[in-house]
Formats: sequence, C-alpha cells, structure tokens
Amino acid sequence: MLELNDISLTIGGNPILKNISLQLDLGKIYVITGPNGSGKSSLARVIMGIDTPDKGTVVLDGQDITNLDITRRARLGIGYAFQHPPRFKGIKVSDLLKLSVGEGSRKVWDLLYSVGLCSRDYLERDVDATLSGGEIKRIEIATVLARNLKVAVFDEPEAGIDLWSFQKLAETFKQMHERLSTTIIIISHQERILELADEIMLINNGGIRRNVACGDIYKPGVRANCECSENCGKVEVKDAQCIG
Amino acid sequence: MLSALDKLILEQVADIHDVPQGAYNIRRNGEGAGRNTTVNIDIATKKDRQGINITVKPHTKNESVHIPVILTAEGLTDIVYNTFEIGEGADVLIVAGCGIHNTGSGKSQHDGVHEFFVRRGARVRYIEKHYGQGDGTGQKVLNPKTIIHAEPDSTVELELVQIRGVDSTRRDTVINLEDKAKLIVTERLLTDGVQQAFSSIAIDMKGKDCSAQIISRSVAQGGSKQDFVFDLIGRNACRGHIQCDAIIMDNAVVISTPRISAYHEYAQLVHEAAIGRLESQQLLKLESLGLSPKEAEDTILKGFLR
Repeated sequence: MLELNDISLTIGGNPILKNISLQLDLGKIYVITGPNGSGKSSLARVIMGIDTPDKGTVVLDGQDITNLDITRRARLGIGYAFQHPPRFKGIKVSDLLKLSVGEGSRKVWDLLYSVGLCSRDYLERDVDATLSGGEIKRIEIATVLARNLKVAVFDEPEAGIDLWSFQKLAETFKQMHERLSTTIIIISHQERILELADEIMLINNGGIRRNVACGDIYKPGVRANCECSENCGKVEVKDAQCIG
Repeated sequence: MLSALDKLILEQVADIHDVPQGAYNIRRNGEGAGRNTTVNIDIATKKDRQGINITVKPHTKNESVHIPVILTAEGLTDIVYNTFEIGEGADVLIVAGCGIHNTGSGKSQHDGVHEFFVRRGARVRYIEKHYGQGDGTGQKVLNPKTIIHAEPDSTVELELVQIRGVDSTRRDTVINLEDKAKLIVTERLLTDGVQQAFSSIAIDMKGKDCSAQIISRSVAQGGSKQDFVFDLIGRNACRGHIQCDAIIMDNAVVISTPRISAYHEYAQLVHEAAIGRLESQQLLKLESLGLSPKEAEDTILKGFLR
C-alpha cells in the first residue's frame, strides 16, 4: 500500500500541493485528473522522489520513503513514465528496455508489442530525435511495463499517441490491472482512461477530491471566474473543462 | 612474440586479442613486430622514410588490413608515414590505431601521417582508435594526420575514436571528394583531467554530386580542453552536413569552430553544433529504472560515445 500523509509542495513560492493525504491500495487503478497546472504531475513526481515535499510523508508498505532518492524508490518497486520522456543519443530502444527489464524478466519485443510498436522496426533504433513524440511516448510506457512494480505511475500516457495506439494502450492497462497486483496511477484527461479507473481523483488548486464520478468530471459550458494574476474579475465560459 | 601487455593494447586499439587474420603490420616501439600480406593486399616498407605502403588490388572484396601501433617504451617519439592505395572497385576494412603504455616520467609520442588514394568506385572503412594507459607522469601524445583523395563514385567511412588516457592529441584530417564520392566521418572523443585534444576536419567537395556527413561527439570532463575546427567547402553541386555535439562536465572547456563555404549555387551545406551538460531529465529517467546516479551518467556517456 502507498500512503501520502499531509503532503504539501511549494515550487517557486507557489503552493502546488496542499495537505494531500491518500491511501492507495494494491492492485487498483487510480486515475488522477484535473486542470492544467493543478498539481497532477507534481504529485506523481513526489511519489517517484523527483520532487521533495515541504512537509508530509510518503510511505510504501509501512516503510517511510520520504527521504529516499529516485534510485532507491525505483529499487523498492516504484516506476514512473514521464510526461515528456527524454531522448538519448546513442542509446538504442533495446538498450533502454533491457535496462528496464533487468535479468530474467519479460522479453523486450513483447513489451513493444504491448504498446503497439513492432519490435522489428524499433529495437535497433536510437531513442533520439528520429522518433516521433508518439513513438517515444510509447517506448517510455514500455520501460515501466517492463518492470515488476508495486506502484506504476503514468503521467498523461495518452499525450501524442494516435487513436489506434491509444486503444491498444488502454487495453494494455486493463490487462496489467487484471494480471498484476501493481497499484496503477494514471494521470489523464481521457474519458477512455477514466473508465478504467477503480477510483477517480480530482486535483484542483492544490487539493484533492476522491471518488469522483466519471460523469461529473467534464461539463461543457461551465462558468468560472478568471484566475489571472491581476484578478480582473471577468467571468469565462470554460468549455469542456474540469469543474473540480 | 607479443607480450601480454602488447595483446592488451591490441585489444584496446584494434579489437583483436592476438595477431589478426588477413593482412597486418604491427609496429612496436618504432620497429616492425609482425607482418602478413595476402594475394590481394601487399604491405611494403618505405625506402625513403619510416612507414609502409599498403596496396589493395582492384576489386578486392571482404578483406581487412590491421596496422596497429604499440608504444610501451618511455621517452620514445615515433613518426610514420603510411600510404594506402585502394584499387578501383575494392571494398576493404582498415583498422589502424595506436596504444601507448607509459609508466615513466618521459614523454611517449606517436605521430602518424596517413595518405589514402581511394580509386574509382572503391569503398574503404577506416577505423582509428587511440588509447593511453600507465600511471607514470610522462605524457602520452598522439598526433595523427589523415589525407584522403576520394575518386569518383568511391565511398570512404572514417571512424575516429579516442576514449581514454591520451594526454595530448592533435588530429588533422583533410579530404578531397571528386564526383559522386561519398564520405561519412564519425568522431568520438573523451578527455579528462588536464588532457587536451585538437581536431580539425577540412573537406573540399570538388566533385559534382559528392556528399559528406560528419558526426562528431565528444565528452569533456575534469579540467580538460577540446578544440574542434570544421571546414566544409562546396565547390560543386554537393551536399555536406556536419553535426557536432559535446557534453561538457566539471571545469572542462569545449570550443567548436564551424565554417561552411559554398562556391556553387547547388552546394547544400549544413552545420549543427551543440555543447551542453548532461540533461537532468536523462539522468532522472535512468535513475527511475533503478540505476544509481553514477550508473546513469556512465550509461548516457557510453551511449553518446558509441
């Protein structure tokens, strides 16, 4: 079980996460959604150990991991698919997947298939600028699928991925959920992903609302106060925006 | 007889564990230490100065020549002039390279001047690796000069690698390309400590529809200094592309000076250069797979210099 206790995070003087507490059970899919800049990715980065909270604790299976670095959290079984994966000159797709898989795990070509890529076409390619955004994103997801994880975090896995591959990806998450006891945390705005969730959580203004119904997330034509820094007081009509 | 140390250096500079197959000439401490020729590849000692003439018969295919140089004697300065005649339509691999083992306080230096005549339609892949080892205070110095004349329809691939242990190097590469000649140069360089490396690549694209691609990747660590000069001259309808990437670390210095000069309306010349530190996102990604920060850094650098 992963626990976040009273987590607060400030970046550049701006409060991003405010007193967030969560208990995430083994083997469930949690989808975290919310407006841009609401702190979804920051929460994921706190779980992975990339960002350090100002206060609060992160606990994995009873062990306080708040002060553990990324490497040690990874070795304890936490994985993270980056929203904007880096590219590597001179490192092949097969190299990156082998680093992910480790010894005696699933074969790399199965992993590429599970994200809709043909291993024959991709294994020998470099993870560099010759790959499209969608391709690199799918390889990034494969690096997380490769590992036997207790907690797998996917940050906007649908971004840049075409419709056909996205369907395949959704199916892969579903199979992962059915087959493994991994706690899956997906940051997403996509309805198809929201439908996979055992629980949807909504982050807004640094706070979190749990057990949000899928149908309550998006309502077109919502009226909201403009949130500009000058506090202009205008009322905007936000089309298809989260109302959390 | 090659010693265990000789074999270790051979492995580093030529990826061989003992005397190689096919044609070879091994030079050790300024003297010949073994030679073999084949029906198609002749190696002869120059009469007027130090060095060898390597002649590959026209249409020779799938053969290789190894010409490694080993320096294990302290205080030795060795200079050689090697000439390569690659016959029309031939297709060969040439593995050169020099390894210096210096445990003393005197300087060990090898300067190699290699001149290639790559005849019409021939294809040559030339690999040159530099390596230094030994814990003495004596400098390990390597200064190669490579001159290539590529005739029409020929293809030249150069792989120039210097990864570890060379204190000072000056590499000068001059290439002339005739009609439809094709050139690919990949340069890999790593310096550390107070090492210094200078590399100049000048390509004169005289021929119609010739092409040149230069990919240079380097890592500068410690207080080392690297200085690159690229000069691409298009005198005809041709295509040239230089891509120069460097990772800079610690207190190192990297200087990259590009020059592209077009003397023809249909000369397409591109130069891309980037110098930067290791990307934090790359490190974070590999650490998120369970690699330690050091392992992540090594993995990125190893890939970058592959």
